[in-house]
Amino acid sequence: MSTPLSQEQKTVHFLNRTSFGPTRSEVERVNRLGLRPYLDEQLRPNSLPDNLLEEKLAGLKTMRLSNRELIELYPPPQVARQQADQQGQGMMTRQEMQRPAMIIVELQQARLLRSIYSQRQLFEGMVDFWSNHFNVFSAKGADRWLTTAYDRDTIRPHALGKFRELLLATAQSPAMLFYLDNWLSASPDSPGARFGGQNNRRRGLNENYARELMELHTVGVDGGYTQKDVVEVARCFTGWTIRQPQQRGEFLYEPRIHDNGEKIVMGTRIPAGGGIDDGKKIIDLLARHPATARFIAEKLARRFIADQPPASIVDKAAATFRQSDGDIPSVLRTIIDSAEFFAPENYRAKIKKPLEYVASAVRALGAETQVTHQLFRYVGRMGEPLFLAQPPTGYPDVASSWISPDMLLTRMNFIADLVGNRLPGSRVAAEALRDKETFLRLIAPDGLSSATRAAIAESEGGQAIALAMAAPEFQRR
Amino acid sequence: MNTSRRNFLKSSGLGFLAFGLPPAYLVRAAGAQQGARNKTLVVVFQRGAMDGLNVVIPFKDPNYYRLRPNIAVGEPGSGAECAIDLDGFYGLHPALAPLKNIYDKGQLAFVQASGSPDNTRSHFDAQDYMEIGTPGIKNTPDGWLNRCLDEKKTSPAPFRSVALTAQLPRILAGAAPALTLSSLEEFRPRNIALGNALQKLYANSTDPLFRTGGENLFAAMNELRQIESKIPATAERYPAGRFGAGLSQIARLIKADVGLEIAFSEIGGWDTHANQGGATGQLANRLRELAAGLAAFHRDLGDRMNDVVLLTMSEFGRTASENGNRGTDHGHANVMFAIGGRVRGGKIHGRWPGLAPEVLYEGRDLALTTDFRTVCSEVVSRHLGQQELTKIFPNFRPSTPLGLIA
Repeated sequence: MSTPLSQEQKTVHFLNRTSFGPTRSEVERVNRLGLRPYLDEQLRPNSLPDNLLEEKLAGLKTMRLSNRELIELYPPPQVARQQADQQGQGMMTRQEMQRPAMIIVELQQARLLRSIYSQRQLFEGMVDFWSNHFNVFSAKGADRWLTTAYDRDTIRPHALGKFRELLLATAQSPAMLFYLDNWLSASPDSPGARFGGQNNRRRGLNENYARELMELHTVGVDGGYTQKDVVEVARCFTGWTIRQPQQRGEFLYEPRIHDNGEKIVMGTRIPAGGGIDDGKKIIDLLARHPATARFIAEKLARRFIADQPPASIVDKAAATFRQSDGDIPSVLRTIIDSAEFFAPENYRAKIKKPLEYVASAVRALGAETQVTHQLFRYVGRMGEPLFLAQPPTGYPDVASSWISPDMLLTRMNFIADLVGNRLPGSRVAAEALRDKETFLRLIAPDGLSSATRAAIAESEGGQAIALAMAAPEFQRR
Repeated sequence: MNTSRRNFLKSSGLGFLAFGLPPAYLVRAAGAQQGARNKTLVVVFQRGAMDGLNVVIPFKDPNYYRLRPNIAVGEPGSGAECAIDLDGFYGLHPALAPLKNIYDKGQLAFVQASGSPDNTRSHFDAQDYMEIGTPGIKNTPDGWLNRCLDEKKTSPAPFRSVALTAQLPRILAGAAPALTLSSLEEFRPRNIALGNALQKLYANSTDPLFRTGGENLFAAMNELRQIESKIPATAERYPAGRFGAGLSQIARLIKADVGLEIAFSEIGGWDTHANQGGATGQLANRLRELAAGLAAFHRDLGDRMNDVVLLTMSEFGRTASENGNRGTDHGHANVMFAIGGRVRGGKIHGRWPGLAPEVLYEGRDLALTTDFRTVCSEVVSRHLGQQELTKIFPNFRPSTPLGLIA
């Protein structure tokens, strides 16, 4: 594969990497505008109208509610029972019986709808990227009510912003504070830890957030920190907590449990008495640490270029990260507008993750979907149940994680159901299946492999499209 | 996948699935090659780092109660919910009560203060090290369970090694084909004609990743169809959820004599940084599910447990002292379980290092006295009969065997 990509291949490759898969209209738009102006547009997502998507999202009520409203309207089962008891069984309306599980269902629906229908495709891809980078597990305790705002108010506003702002927003988000237990972390010697009796749960230090902040969010596991640094960072973040996690779910700095002593983190002295600024200094220190620039650059290059990205592009992206003070669009432009990005060896070098696979199939077919539970359960059975990654790593972004026999079979079964119009709530128009040649040109501008061509030649009716979409070529992007 | 198998699949094309022609000779050959009742090693990985000190509880070590004022489990006889005496020094967490009679029968052993010697407290690095079997060395390409298979002659049986997980775990990744599946019943194509066409397409593909992936998938599906009449349903009650379902299916595959040598399952939720509870609570709930699953597996297999060793492991233990939130942070040594008819059970193996401040690892964690590779080496050699241990655990010389396997 040393021949440079053709113009048509370049367009499809570009859309495969910067969106959830090419559609006919986007290919036309790239051809009309040119790659660079199209990329500029995608890097300024607010300039792109998104009316179709807004209509589709309009029915998802929970997406607009605050933490407090969600807790009130979708109460935990025991609270719902209490309310029903107080009001008498007959008074219990359907609304009061709303189950918290609906919140995660709507989050999953919204994520899929956005991935499929948004015009701001690069932005949505970055939301997916940061949601995994700053993963929270929405089924952990209070995170059932806190993840909606996390997605809407923490990740999305900064997904194409400055890394430091994004990092600070996650550090102060109730969802992350709860997920990695920092809301409980207290200086053991502080007044807030020493008094309050047996029911006081905040009586000492918790290292969970401090460790993952360094290992996963910023400098990486080889970023040069020690166990001592983990403890020092944890001390800096004492007092970063949640006001009434089960009722209001707001960020709160609580000075009564903060450790006011001096700390030394990776050689930097944080003087005593800094209060809430201790944590902010750590955010600054880590966001501007050269190991962070490299760690984030490599992870982005892995997503946009190859599982093992070339060192040259990681170097350039890390340099842009440092020079632009962590400006995410600048780093993306370095990675995407590069020789490495369009190098022939990186064409179809990535395996689609389940979300990418499902969204790209629906997009390529121009299918109508309501995103029923059958659809997002398919994403789950392929190994990527959305908002439900338990470990703080989020979901992996390398090929080997996604093509076990079970996952591969589920992909094939999904295509059989989608193309066969047996997926409730989703509809593929008959015309979409009829014009085979145009479709194949969209998903494989360089032609299909001989194995896929032979299989299609022997197939009947709508089977050709299903075969092309379940074939190895379409599993890659 | 060896060449003859690939050729067989190619030449048969759509054939045997569509017309039901069973490659019975292959199944028989596989069975004959390994003997009708081969040995099986089952590994259960507890992801998230289980708090071993609250599982096999050193109730006679006074430091234990000093370090854990709010989360310690009371010593045997101290109340309704307290540790179950094992040997006068250690007690079992009460949520593990269903395992006590397996212990009393001598088929359950514990290895206390065991684990990986690397000092990382990163879940992900520590899990990796335990799965690839080379603590401290990250670039080992394959998992040690896969290397257990690699040593033997290639066999066409796709059920030699099975992970009941969605993703192929690192511990099973490598040259020998390993199958992942989450449900024996749902492991079939939704559209038979499409499935047949895809089998051929993948077999002819020049994309190596998908050609191999497709071959593994279709070989396993096709052979599952051939043997499924032999696979008994389970009458045993396993706990609800993926862990119980996985163990139940492993037991069915063992009983079906499909040549299962290595099985892998996992159970998460052990990362108890806050409010982990003592005799009851968060950790107790995880242990209850673990115990229900292991006890059901043991009952289900009955005499077949003579051919089985089940080994549990978790990436590291947790801090010896409780943290400020009645939980525990990432620590070092942990406890492993071994269950099987030929396990020298009814005892706690491994030297107890103590919990006094001066003997704690890095001043905070239970010190390690048995490398997990010593435990695994013994099981692999004594149970699976695999003698080339240097290939399975390179650059590692196991200490004196614990005498874990009879």
